[in-house]
Amino acid sequence: MSKQHNPISRLGSNGLSIVVDLGRMGLYLLQMIQGCLRTPFRFSEFMRQMNFIGVGSLVVIFFTAASTGMVLGLQGYYSLHKFGAEGMLGSAVSLTLIMELGPVLTALMVAGRAGSAMCAELGIMRISEQLDALDCMAIDPFRYLISPKLLAALISVPLLTALFDVIGIAGGYVAGVHLMGVNPGSYIDGMQSSVTSHDVWLGTVKSFVFALLVVWICTGRGYFVHLIRGAGFGARSVSRVTTQAVVLSSISVLIFDYLLTAILI
Amino acid sequence: MNTTGIEFKGVTKAFVRDDGSRQVILDQVSFGIPAGKTTVIAGGSGQGKSVTLKLILRLMQVDEGNILVGGDDITRVRGRRLKELRTRFGVLFQGAALFDSMTVFENVALPLRERTAKTEDEIREQVLSSLEQLELLGHENKFPAQLSGGMKKRAGLARALQLKPEIMLFDEPTTGLDPVMTQEIYQLFAKTQEQIGYTSIIVSHDIPKVFNLADQVIVLNNGAMDVFSSPEAIQWSSKPHIREFVQTTMGEIYQSHLVEK
Repeated sequence: MSKQHNPISRLGSNGLSIVVDLGRMGLYLLQMIQGCLRTPFRFSEFMRQMNFIGVGSLVVIFFTAASTGMVLGLQGYYSLHKFGAEGMLGSAVSLTLIMELGPVLTALMVAGRAGSAMCAELGIMRISEQLDALDCMAIDPFRYLISPKLLAALISVPLLTALFDVIGIAGGYVAGVHLMGVNPGSYIDGMQSSVTSHDVWLGTVKSFVFALLVVWICTGRGYFVHLIRGAGFGARSVSRVTTQAVVLSSISVLIFDYLLTAILI
Repeated sequence: MNTTGIEFKGVTKAFVRDDGSRQVILDQVSFGIPAGKTTVIAGGSGQGKSVTLKLILRLMQVDEGNILVGGDDITRVRGRRLKELRTRFGVLFQGAALFDSMTVFENVALPLRERTAKTEDEIREQVLSSLEQLELLGHENKFPAQLSGGMKKRAGLARALQLKPEIMLFDEPTTGLDPVMTQEIYQLFAKTQEQIGYTSIIVSHDIPKVFNLADQVIVLNNGAMDVFSSPEAIQWSSKPHIREFVQTTMGEIYQSHLVEK
């Protein structure tokens, strides 16, 4: 049996490849963080990325937050009404959004919209030798290209999450109060009495971690597109790796959401 | 006078294929690239010509051996020292590797903005002068997608020359160009080398045209290297694979030499 058809060899080879990939991505994370500290800081690129990740995601965040909040309002009313506890709707909607759905859905939207674009951009720059050209000009690609994306995401994703929470809570108010007839005072009062600064802190920590995860995975997959086993070559490799990056970053967000909730709650 | 040559000492580089087998690209090769001269690296597809350039630039790491650039071993340096060594190189990539989102001017100005303390006025003056020399003046506000293949190569050359490199690497510089443009590009190489005095390494399929520029020729074949002190010397080799290479790539010249002989 040849080496490539031997299942044990293939298992070992795949295992080694995963270890190498993880090590590479670990070093990449360190270089990305170091790149944020290197001078001169590219303020114009940072502002461009803030615009792309932050301003560019406003519409998708608005619609996702409004629909999520309104659905939560309707579903929450339906469940709470069975126990005569409609007054708890404000509390249920706001806590769900601030601690869970706000950070998670914002990160997923940013991964789908901006993360995929970042991965494809770096992947194309890799296969067209633009990243090699930067190295050859002794220009650090982390400082020049990647770290401004990370910093912009670390600032804009928590802000988008906050916006998501506000729009979602307003959506829940519209659905609960205006459509289902919940008392507006009890909605607001329930929210004010149940949401603590710890809940807001938990949501903010999550949004920072998710921003880091999305940028790390999406830019990392694009940066290493030429080294990813089985990705193929050329335009096809970029499209495959982009899909892979969005899936991986979305799954990572969900896994880390559980871990952070378990650790920090 | 440029004294920066390159020396390969027992360099081995291999890749592991997806099926787990090992493909040896360079097998314990040793040779020198003389300073201030032009060396052409030739060979069939997949023989490791571009890999050799990437090893010189340390865009890839050797498996074994050393590569000395002006006496410094580029395979052993890291961080700032590696950066310093890389500033001695200029590279013209196969597809020119211009940044798609930048204009020609911004592409050419990039190394000056990032690697020098020049003012914007000084940068503008130098870039426009380079573009004029390479007949790109008037195209400085165009994006790479709006340029022809030859213009892209010239813009890539202008960018590579901004920091006055000691060593220029050309990776398949005339691929996709018509014969007239190919000739123009080679003339530009000769002209800029005369002006700056860089050591030139050209990886090319464009045999025998590129031999007009060569002081030394290296032929890669199945992990081994054959070094010839002149383009003429390659035609007298008795090695079967070199004879086959010569017959395939420049049959007419070879034939004419056979007649003279």
